[in-house]
Amino acid sequence: MDVKNTTDSYGFVARFLHWFMALAIVAMFALGWWMAGLDLYNPWYKQAPYLHESFGVLLMIMLLGRVLWRVANTQPDDSYLQSLEQRLSRLMHWGLYALLAILMICGYLISTLDGRSIDVLGLFSIPSIYQQKGLEETFGLVHEILAYAIIGLSLLHTAAALKHHFIDRDATLIRMWRGGSRK
Amino acid sequence: MKTKLKYFTAATAMTIFGLSGAAQAADYVIDTKGAHASITFRIHHLGYSLLTGRFDKFNGTFSFDEAAPADTKIKVEIDTASVNTNLGKRDNHIRSGDFLNVSKYPTASFESTSVDVTGTSAVVHGKLTLHGVTKEITINADHIGGGKDPWGGFRQGFTGTTKITLADFGIKYNLGLKAKEMELMLNIEGIRQ
Repeated sequence: MDVKNTTDSYGFVARFLHWFMALAIVAMFALGWWMAGLDLYNPWYKQAPYLHESFGVLLMIMLLGRVLWRVANTQPDDSYLQSLEQRLSRLMHWGLYALLAILMICGYLISTLDGRSIDVLGLFSIPSIYQQKGLEETFGLVHEILAYAIIGLSLLHTAAALKHHFIDRDATLIRMWRGGSRK
Repeated sequence: MKTKLKYFTAATAMTIFGLSGAAQAADYVIDTKGAHASITFRIHHLGYSLLTGRFDKFNGTFSFDEAAPADTKIKVEIDTASVNTNLGKRDNHIRSGDFLNVSKYPTASFESTSVDVTGTSAVVHGKLTLHGVTKEITINADHIGGGKDPWGGFRQGFTGTTKITLADFGIKYNLGLKAKEMELMLNIEGIRQ
């Protein structure tokens, strides 16, 4: 099994990062949506945001690693795609990275604008570096809008992958799923 | 002796020139710029403790005549988004539709309608508009003091408290039995214009 990418396909690290983060992003979206409506007397009222923040920080570190891995690694050949598909897929990938980064920074700010740090599962904590009372509302709104935007784009991304698999019958989805070479 | 004489002279001069300030109500602007005024609130947390918070941004005016305190008129406008309970995420929740709904109701206001005076204390009746609902409330107020400040101005200061029931203003979020009511504390210092 290839750890690194080859010109033919994705290596283990890229595939792990892709699928782990895909699951985590959907889970974080669901958790965020659910916890925002929790009543004060719900037993998860304190625990849910704590987990959301902790995993958010871990995902932020993972996203940084993912982007660095992508830049430092070979990209599998996508010359079999039409040039429009090539451009759109790159725009989608980098767009998702950028929106995720902004969403995560907003999330970090919502929790730290009052000077408090974020405790990550009791392991370590991320300090507050910028304090500005009242801006939580703005960043909260941006965080929410981006969450919906990212889920929307992810659905488009999924639709595109399925189109390649079932209609074009090429290896786009397979090489992200289990590596190997394209047909 | 010397100071007394000075006062006497000043008072005499004022009487002579018909400048007696006591006979007329003066307009005051609440000193939010110098932060000698605050609007704080207290509410039960689970029935176990009292949580305090404040509104950082507000402005107001009042007219006051020490000789006729019953004619006092007060007007205050509060920026509801400036709520501050020292926890950003909680403030965000208070700003949301569960509580103040600040995007829909960005200001709360109070305007007095009448004042019943007993000595230096008073019951101020007025209309509080909060969360888009206007209701009559009464504030128990005390006149703490007034006079010249060291920088050429003239000030009057008051303190007051009132209790409101959140549901009366359409805020229905369940904070527990003891937290149906909220106490508001006002400390106001005005500078004469």
